[in-house]
Amino acid sequence: MMHQTEDSIDVKPLRIDPSFKREVMKEDGGETLKVCFQCGTCTSSCPTARFSDSYRPRTILRMAQLGIREKTLSSPTLWLCTACFTCTDRCPQGVEVANVLRVLRNLAVREGEVPRIYSELASNICGTGYAYRIPEQREKKRSELGLPPLPRTQLEKVGKLIDLVGGTRLIRSRRNP
Amino acid sequence: MMTNLRYLFFLGCTIPYRVSSYEISARKVLSKLDVELIEMSDFNCCGLPVDPADHEMMVALAARNLCLAEQQGLNIITLCTGCATTLRKVNRMLKENKEMKSRINEYLKEIDMEFKGTIETKHSIQAFKEDLGLDRIRQAIQRPLSGLKVAEHCGCHLLRPTKVAGYDDPEDPAVLKSLIELTGAECVDYPDEPECCGYTVIGIDEKVALQLSREKLRHVKMAGAEALITVCPSCHLMFDVQQSRIERMFKEKFELPVLHYPQLLGLALGFAPEELSFNDLRVDPSRILEIVKEI
Repeated sequence: MMHQTEDSIDVKPLRIDPSFKREVMKEDGGETLKVCFQCGTCTSSCPTARFSDSYRPRTILRMAQLGIREKTLSSPTLWLCTACFTCTDRCPQGVEVANVLRVLRNLAVREGEVPRIYSELASNICGTGYAYRIPEQREKKRSELGLPPLPRTQLEKVGKLIDLVGGTRLIRSRRNP
Repeated sequence: MMTNLRYLFFLGCTIPYRVSSYEISARKVLSKLDVELIEMSDFNCCGLPVDPADHEMMVALAARNLCLAEQQGLNIITLCTGCATTLRKVNRMLKENKEMKSRINEYLKEIDMEFKGTIETKHSIQAFKEDLGLDRIRQAIQRPLSGLKVAEHCGCHLLRPTKVAGYDDPEDPAVLKSLIELTGAECVDYPDEPECCGYTVIGIDEKVALQLSREKLRHVKMAGAEALITVCPSCHLMFDVQQSRIERMFKEKFELPVLHYPQLLGLALGFAPEELSFNDLRVDPSRILEIVKEI
């Protein structure tokens, strides 16, 4: 929107990629996308949907089925799933809703859409073994509190593992706020 | 005489980062109940925090932890519902899905490890129910907390997805309730009990997250509970640490103390509040402690 040209103002049909559903379904957890029959149990069970104007799991699943790839993957609302799994537990059709939504977020990451928080978490794990950078003071306080010292992760092993699965992609991409 | 229980203790990240009171009280209580915790010296984050962005990385991180436990031949116990569900889920996926197992083992081979599928992982609440047993805990109660009215918050990952957890009904959870009731405290029902605390989206949309916590605090308060009992460091952060912010944001007073379950159980086992790290709680628990003192 920042660099609008005359061309982009033209109304264009939504770009459709009919093979998108297959792309989702071949990922671990994405297999059940095709059996969603749009009853809306997921959205009506979703805690986020009650407080968000835009987050609707049913809509996202339909968009994915139809192949509205770009719009689905670039949507910021994709990241509002709390991973509470209520939708999955309640789906009468056996759709692994939360897993399908997670697959969509994973695919968004491969397109470079990474909310900053996830780059930070991944980089912390790589650098310390922990998801958060535990302040030195906290570590020192443990002995005062009678707690054993904080376990030390073999970082070269964890780093290698993350590298092997391609997780470094997450750490490198810190584009989005 | 039952044999003592031994577990490998998976501490996770959130507890040492911000919620030591949970660790302190849990260690006290477990030791009193003759549950032995073996320190896990080389664990890494369970993987859950990065799952939304990279599932394969989550699986690999969890698998490394499972391999460490297999090497020591011990089952894992956790205090965090997120760690619990993640390790349990990945353990199960790798045991059942041969293709995934061989793929993950290819990575693990590079760091001299192999997933075999020889151990189990449990949240402490599940271990209380299945391994320790309610009777054994009941026998250890020294100061029944009768007269105290509390509510429970299990947290999503203790119960869901049902396929992974499977030992309680997420629509009408009973396990934590029964564990609360054996302390002598009354556990009141309230609307939407299994609802999410909101923690997982606080880094994405703070308002949505805090609205979720606020709604729960309201429901708990309306039910007449004098405290909310949690079994997860993240849920605890939302209800205890964030409570004053929620109060300011929505101009609403709750002043609802939020205790870790081991703090409640610890009181009933005869520990003093200081031993259970009550002074670390943000919301002043003194009203509860007054009630307990009178017992």
